[in-house]
Amino acid sequence: MATLKDATAIAGIGQTAFAKHLPESEKTLACRAILAALDDAGLSPAEVDAFASYTMEETDEVEIAKSIGAGDATFFSRAGYGGGGSCATVAHLAAAIATGQASVGVAWRSRKRGSGPRPWKNTTAQLPTPGQWTRPFGLLRPADEIGMLTRRYMHEYGATRDHLFAVALACRNRANQNPAAVMYDRPLTRETYMTSRWISEPLCLYDNCLETDGALACVVVGAARARDCRHRPVYVHSVAQGLPAQHHGMVNYWNDDPLAGPAWTAARHLWKTADLGPQDVDVAQIYDAFTPLVPLSLEGYGFCGRGEGGPFTEAGALEIGGRLPLNTGGGGLSEAYVHGFNLINEGVKQLRGASTAQVPGASTCLVTAGEGVPTSALLLRS
Amino acid sequence: MTNSAADLLAPVIDEDGAPFWEYAAQGQLRVQACASCGELRFPPRPCCPHCQSFRSTWRRMSGRGRIWSYVMPHPPLLPGYAEQAPYNAVVVELADAPHIRLVGNVVAAADAPLNSVAPERLGIGAPVRVAFTEAGGGVTVPRWLLGH
Repeated sequence: MATLKDATAIAGIGQTAFAKHLPESEKTLACRAILAALDDAGLSPAEVDAFASYTMEETDEVEIAKSIGAGDATFFSRAGYGGGGSCATVAHLAAAIATGQASVGVAWRSRKRGSGPRPWKNTTAQLPTPGQWTRPFGLLRPADEIGMLTRRYMHEYGATRDHLFAVALACRNRANQNPAAVMYDRPLTRETYMTSRWISEPLCLYDNCLETDGALACVVVGAARARDCRHRPVYVHSVAQGLPAQHHGMVNYWNDDPLAGPAWTAARHLWKTADLGPQDVDVAQIYDAFTPLVPLSLEGYGFCGRGEGGPFTEAGALEIGGRLPLNTGGGGLSEAYVHGFNLINEGVKQLRGASTAQVPGASTCLVTAGEGVPTSALLLRS
Repeated sequence: MTNSAADLLAPVIDEDGAPFWEYAAQGQLRVQACASCGELRFPPRPCCPHCQSFRSTWRRMSGRGRIWSYVMPHPPLLPGYAEQAPYNAVVVELADAPHIRLVGNVVAAADAPLNSVAPERLGIGAPVRVAFTEAGGGVTVPRWLLGH
C-alpha cells in the first residue's frame, strides 16, 4: 500500500502580525503570509501549483493565485468544519504531492476575527446539525455548546477548574516568551483566572480563546525537494482526519459516548500509520479554542486514559520541562486565535529548533485541529 | 406569551424536524422511531442508521427525564437572551430512552422566563418533566419543570 509517511515536508512558514485589529484586508494579509512562507522556503510563487484551505476562510485560491503570481494550479481543496480542518490542509497537500498531482502546495488561513463579526451572531447560518434543536433554548455560541460537554466531563471524571487553569496558564506562560503573541506582556495568575467573569458557566473568560486578526501560511513539497530548501525539512510523518460514527459536531449530545469526540477517530488512524506512538511525542500543539478541549484531546490522542486528562495537567506537566510541553507559542488561548494555523507553524518552529519556547532536542511534534468538530491531525518529525 | 419569550429565536424548522414541532404544538413530546426496526433516533433524519429503512413513525414519550448537563450563559449574547442572562440551558436525557437527549431550559412554570429557577436548584441527575409554551415566532417549544 502507498503511504504518505515522510513522503512530504513543510519547507516554509510565514505569518503576519497578530492583533485585535489589523488595518489590512484578509486578502492582503493572506498574500503577505503566503509570500513570507514561500520566501522562507526559498521557492518562487510561480512554482506553486497546489492550494489547500479550510472553511470559514473568506479568501479563495482564485484571488490568492492571481495576486501572488502562482503558476498553473492542478490541485486545490477546501476542508470543512472551520478549525477542525486546519491540519487537513497539510494532509491534503501531502496526499496530492505524494501521488504526483502537484509539486508545491500552499496552505493558509487569514482571519479578521478580532475586528470582524462573531460567527455565532449570524443566526441564519447553517450548522452541521440544524440549529433548531439548540438555538431557541439559548445555546447560542460555541462556548455554550462546549460548556455543556465540559460540565458533564467534570461531573463524570472529577476534572476541576484548576485543571482548566493549568491549560490556560501553560499557554499564557509560553505566550509570555513569544514577542509575536497577543498576550506577550500579560501574565496570568490563578486569582485572576478564578475571579474572572463567566462566559458560559462552567467556562470563564480565560477558558476561551482570543479573537484575533492575522494570517499564516505554510509550504508543502516532496521530501527530496525539501532537502534543497532554505531550512531543515519538517517531515509530514502521518496525517489523519476524523469524523466518528454518529457524531453531531459541537452539540455531540446525541452520541452514545458524547465525551469521546473526533480526536479518538483521528488518533486511531494517525498512530496506525506512524512509526511512533504518543510516548514518542516531544512537544504537542493541541487545539485550544476552549481549555477543556485540551484534557479531552490528551485522552483522545492516547497520552492518558479516559477521564485522566484533568489530572494529567497537574504538577506542571504542560510546561517546558514537563511530561508534555504544549502550545509553545501560546496557542489560541494566548498567542492568536486563527483557527489553529499558528499551531502548525509553531510545530515547524519547534522541529527547526527555532521556537521562542524551545523544547531542547525536540524531534517529534503532534499538531491537532479543532476537537468537538470533525477534525484532523498531523504528526511532524525532523 | 410573555414579552421576554417573544424576543427569543424561533426554531428554523426543516423537513426532518417538522413533525417534532407539530406534535409539540399539540402538547406532545414525540421522538422519531424507525418503522422497520423500531430504534429511536434524534435528531430526526431521513433514514435509520441501524437498518437503513426510510420508513419512520413518531413515538410518544412520557415527558420525564433527568438533567444530563447544563450551562449558565452570560453576555455577550443575542439581545433577547442577554436580557434574561444568566439563564440555564440544559440537556435532558429522557427516562423512556436515556440515549435520547433534548436541549431545553428548566423553568418555574411553562411560560416563566429562562432565569426563573435559581441555579442552586439545578444539578446533573435532577428529575424533570416536560411542559410546553409558545416562544419565539409563536412556535410551541418544550420547557422542563423540576420534579417527578
